[in-house]
Amino acid sequence: MKPWWVVVRKEVLESLRDRRTLLSALVLAPLFGPLMFSFSMQTMLKRGVDEQDKPLQVAVMGKEHAPNLVHWLESQGLEGVSAPKDEASIPAAVRDGKPRLVLVIGPDYGERFRAAKAAGVKVYVDSSDQDSQRDFRRLDRLLESYSSQTSALRLAARGVAPSIAQPVVVDEIDVSTPASRAQSLLAILSYFLLFSTLIGGMYVAIDATAGERERGSLEPLVSLPVSREALVAGKFVATMVFSGVSLVLTLASFAISLRFVPLESIGMSANLGPKVLTGVFLSLLPFVPLAAALLTLVASFARSFREAQSWMTGALLIPTLPIMVAAMTGMKPTALLMAVPSLSQHFLIARLLRDEAIPLTDGLLSAGGSLLLAAVLLVFVVRLWRREKLLG
Amino acid sequence: MIQVTGLAKRFGTVEAVRDVSFTAPDGRITGLLGPNGAGKSTTLRLLYGALSPDRGEARVDGLLAGPEHTEARRQLGVLPHGAGLYPHLTARENIRYFGELHGMSGAALDQRVDELVAMLELGEAANRKTQGFSQGQKVKVGIARALVHSPRNLILDEPTNGLDVMAIRSLREVLRGLRAAGHCILFSSHVMQEVAALCDEVVIIAGGRVVAAGAPEQLREQAGTTTLEDAFVKLLGSDTAEVQP
Repeated sequence: MKPWWVVVRKEVLESLRDRRTLLSALVLAPLFGPLMFSFSMQTMLKRGVDEQDKPLQVAVMGKEHAPNLVHWLESQGLEGVSAPKDEASIPAAVRDGKPRLVLVIGPDYGERFRAAKAAGVKVYVDSSDQDSQRDFRRLDRLLESYSSQTSALRLAARGVAPSIAQPVVVDEIDVSTPASRAQSLLAILSYFLLFSTLIGGMYVAIDATAGERERGSLEPLVSLPVSREALVAGKFVATMVFSGVSLVLTLASFAISLRFVPLESIGMSANLGPKVLTGVFLSLLPFVPLAAALLTLVASFARSFREAQSWMTGALLIPTLPIMVAAMTGMKPTALLMAVPSLSQHFLIARLLRDEAIPLTDGLLSAGGSLLLAAVLLVFVVRLWRREKLLG
Repeated sequence: MIQVTGLAKRFGTVEAVRDVSFTAPDGRITGLLGPNGAGKSTTLRLLYGALSPDRGEARVDGLLAGPEHTEARRQLGVLPHGAGLYPHLTARENIRYFGELHGMSGAALDQRVDELVAMLELGEAANRKTQGFSQGQKVKVGIARALVHSPRNLILDEPTNGLDVMAIRSLREVLRGLRAAGHCILFSSHVMQEVAALCDEVVIIAGGRVVAAGAPEQLREQAGTTTLEDAFVKLLGSDTAEVQP
């Protein structure tokens, strides 16, 4: 057996016996990411769909004082539900969400309305609840539009142009569709995958370098007739194994959990069939050695497990930077950008999910960029390992 | 056989080793004795290739030692300061790992590990994870690991640190056995009794230099004292000596 292979086998065996490594590489990253992702996606889609068709449920108290207002609201999609017995019991009921909104119309409403005085209505809402808040905004919009309609009528009746009371008119035109919102969420998927690739190898990398140093086992290791390159190679490959396994598990877990997301309800197919999955895996494969090289490099800097852990927090953020910058500036993939690691994988995955064909050159550029950077980082690792300071 | 000539090593502004020369012959136990910070560990680390010397050279069985010289390390078994075992591996796996890195495998390696487990009387502990081992057990596993490829030369850095009396006695037995088998044993210590009880040759180091060298009796004669401890203090000059009883 070659020394590097001996090192790989030992690092893998040792990591398999370490609960912390196992948990982070094989359980936490593959389960947590996809679960959270699918869950948030599901609730978001559900809300988007709900908002369009569901009537707005409001309990109206004192209907008889404003029959016109209530009638108008109902024509706009408001559905009256049974109101609490008296006003004192409203806060508790609203806090329970039964009902979410209560509109209270006072007995003096009609009188004040007729006299063209400001006629008040009260709306009870629990603003700490997201759904209530959304419902409230809908009701508020309705009331406001009723109010401005009435004021326009009143002004017209008095021979004043209604536009005089509206110096500025805002028309909000939201062009996003539930489908496009889901797309942007799907783009986060690539980050989750990159992230779990890194997390998967993190503890192995720390254990194999900073951990060895902290335990004092590095000194006997370098006293062996084995070159530092072979040691680095073994530790790097072991990290790759765990990163790769974590990636595969995360992908599988995504493929399964996304089945339960009602993407069809917004006219999208889940699109994570075997073909796309294979494509995503192949796009990310060159990132595995890069992740392992980055982790090994960062862990080689640290003197102790703790120090390595805090360095790692920074390292985990590095791959997000290109994606974030690209998202903020709305960059479109160019040949140059396709060579940028993490960003190029992000572009490739987004295209695969949109069912677009990927030019071979883009795939090669992405792989080449990542592998080249991995090689450069490895050269640095070997240099670090050749330094006497490595042993402290 | 281990030979060191004119060795020097500096860390930044600190001259850890200024001028160290000595020979540790086969079939003898040579003790590197000196106060803390005298340069013992640095000398040993230069020998097993963790560091490269600024001046001078170290040779193991005539082969030049240093980080780039793997051949010299093949002739060497090393127990560095604190043993440094892998807690998630069993004692046997710890020993095997080093054997495999020395290029051993299969039945030959199994047999050698069995031999070492028997020789160091590890018993049932050999199949347990080293997490939670006593310091004595750790040192034994560390020695077994250092001996797995049957090297002619053995280097031990402060092997008795943290050991109780029984563990020290059994370590002495092991080292005497290895001497009888013709090995060259070089170990460092700042504990006088250790060196007096075990060593055929003593090299006293202080301030990065060899102050005196020879058999314990020679050193006593040289200093005109009746005990090695007195000789040690006299040779060092009492202000620099930091001897633990």
